[in-house]
Amino acid sequence: MEILVNYGDTLIILAALVGFFMAWGIGANDVANAMGTSVGSKALTIKQAIIIAMIFEFAGAYLAGGEVTSTIRKGIIDASYFVDIPEQLVFGMIAALFAAATWLLIASALGWPVSTTHSIVGAIIGFAAIGVSTDTVAWGKVGGIVGSWIVTPLISGVIAYLIFNSAQKLIFDTDNPYKQARRYVPVYMFMAGFVLSLVTIKKGLKHIGLELGTMEGYMWAVGVALLVAIAGKVFIARIKFDESAEKKHHYANVEKVFAVLMVVTACCMAFAHGSNDVANAIGPLAAVEGIVSNNGEIAKKTALAWWILPLGGLGIVAGLALFGHRVMATIGKGITHLTPSRGFAAELAAACTVVIASGTGLPISTTQTLVGAVLGVGMARGIAAINLGVVRNIVISWVITLPAGAGMSIIFFWALNAYFA
Amino acid sequence: MSGNSILGVFAKSPIKPLEKHIRVATKAGRRLVPFFAAAEEQNWELAEKERAQISKLEKEADTIKRQIRVDLPGGLFMPVDRADLLALLTEQDKIANKAKDIAGRVLGRKLDVPAELKAKFNTYLSRCLDATEKAADAINELDDLLETGFKGREVDIVNNMIQQLDVIEDDTDTMQIELRADLLALENELNPVDVMFLYQIIEWVGELADQAERVGARLEIMLARK
Repeated sequence: MEILVNYGDTLIILAALVGFFMAWGIGANDVANAMGTSVGSKALTIKQAIIIAMIFEFAGAYLAGGEVTSTIRKGIIDASYFVDIPEQLVFGMIAALFAAATWLLIASALGWPVSTTHSIVGAIIGFAAIGVSTDTVAWGKVGGIVGSWIVTPLISGVIAYLIFNSAQKLIFDTDNPYKQARRYVPVYMFMAGFVLSLVTIKKGLKHIGLELGTMEGYMWAVGVALLVAIAGKVFIARIKFDESAEKKHHYANVEKVFAVLMVVTACCMAFAHGSNDVANAIGPLAAVEGIVSNNGEIAKKTALAWWILPLGGLGIVAGLALFGHRVMATIGKGITHLTPSRGFAAELAAACTVVIASGTGLPISTTQTLVGAVLGVGMARGIAAINLGVVRNIVISWVITLPAGAGMSIIFFWALNAYFA
Repeated sequence: MSGNSILGVFAKSPIKPLEKHIRVATKAGRRLVPFFAAAEEQNWELAEKERAQISKLEKEADTIKRQIRVDLPGGLFMPVDRADLLALLTEQDKIANKAKDIAGRVLGRKLDVPAELKAKFNTYLSRCLDATEKAADAINELDDLLETGFKGREVDIVNNMIQQLDVIEDDTDTMQIELRADLLALENELNPVDVMFLYQIIEWVGELADQAERVGARLEIMLARK
């Protein structure tokens, strides 16, 4: 207890630093997932993608990022074990952040799209189980995470399959795909806008002090979605295309329309990613801040300090800015044969899944939803070739993430204990 | 960032190279027209140049074929069956091989197509090449097929092309029978060994069309799965 009184400010600053480091790692590691398909299908340039990612990741983190925070803080470990030793929880959370951020950095350097969510979860489990007691860990929740390796890719895969097939039915497999695209793409834009604004309204607006009723919320979501759809329609109308082109070039025109849609889903994806993953950085930070400022009392529910969400958002943006260019440049060169219509199906499905999962509070991984979505489009015979070897490696890196995060957090936890206590 | 990131999931598409391969193979076939034109004028120097061109294209097709096979490791997940795709590639490749064989054999013997047969033979040749072109057109629909997820109208369009290909191949069969009959009538005036070779060349040219039909059949099988 004395430790918290003596070193309180130091600990908060330390936590804020590693929290920022973690958010930075999230930005660096996940930028490829969030924006890669857009850049790969040439719907966006690298520069545009980074700007969009910055704006929407920050908006997602700030406006809708509050909801998942509580799961990370209280769901994985049972806080009641720490009532008499709150400083251990503080050390643990700092250690976990440091471990997860380090792991993300290693994974980014190796090019593994690991789950930022699972690295923090692994790290929290690590210090809690080994450093304190195995009883502190809610093992059922851990089981749920292992299950999510299968469930989330499955959900997003199914959604991607359905979206892709619906686009096939409504647009590509018709007499005049271009005309159909102009008609239906605004509908898809409406869907994307609706999902996006609904989650903002339902999850996010509380944090900035605006609360709407259920009915009112839906009305606003519909309104925003309509605006998105109308703006999309205007953009589509402005696309230059070759009306006289023979059938061969028809699909190229259709893909141009989808490229507009792709921009919307890229925003949607960045937003969903920001809202879901910012919690990985700020959840533990919020826990540390809460305990210290309550003089060691682990409160059931504490208000998020005003500076925490923007700090997380800024961290992600910093990661994007510093690493983004390099990652995107690799993507731009490396990818072949991903058309906007496929990229759109994958991204919208991934965003929907993240949004659904955010609602349930399960700490899911955006990486996993995207891999699942890509496989879903592949199942719908939409992608020329998927390298299952790479998919396997990615899945292996997910499995390694839990023990890797755990191991490192134990080491950092002991180091912090040795230093302060 | 190594290549093992999420975008490594997208493997190199086999479809573009497959289209390129049949374009090269049919180009080798098309070269038979100037080759035979030179041969019929007994301009063997020019014919040799044309044969070298055909041989070069055949080698190019082989290189593409090998590249496709190398790029299709076991862990690829594709919208089409990999065995079908490789079989299709093999059939495509035989078009170039056949063209090379024909040119080599005609040049090696400095074979003279009898004046009475020349016109008919040239129509026959160009009709057989039509078949290979049609096959190439059908293969070139593969990326549009991918665009539509190998479903619906595009499949109908390709199936329609394959039917046209069958009709052309039928034509060449009829023409081959006529050519043989004409050659039979001339047999006594010609060198017997030349006649043997002529029969063989007529047959081999016909095999270009047969081969094109086999490409179409393979494509059809590929689309029929799933």
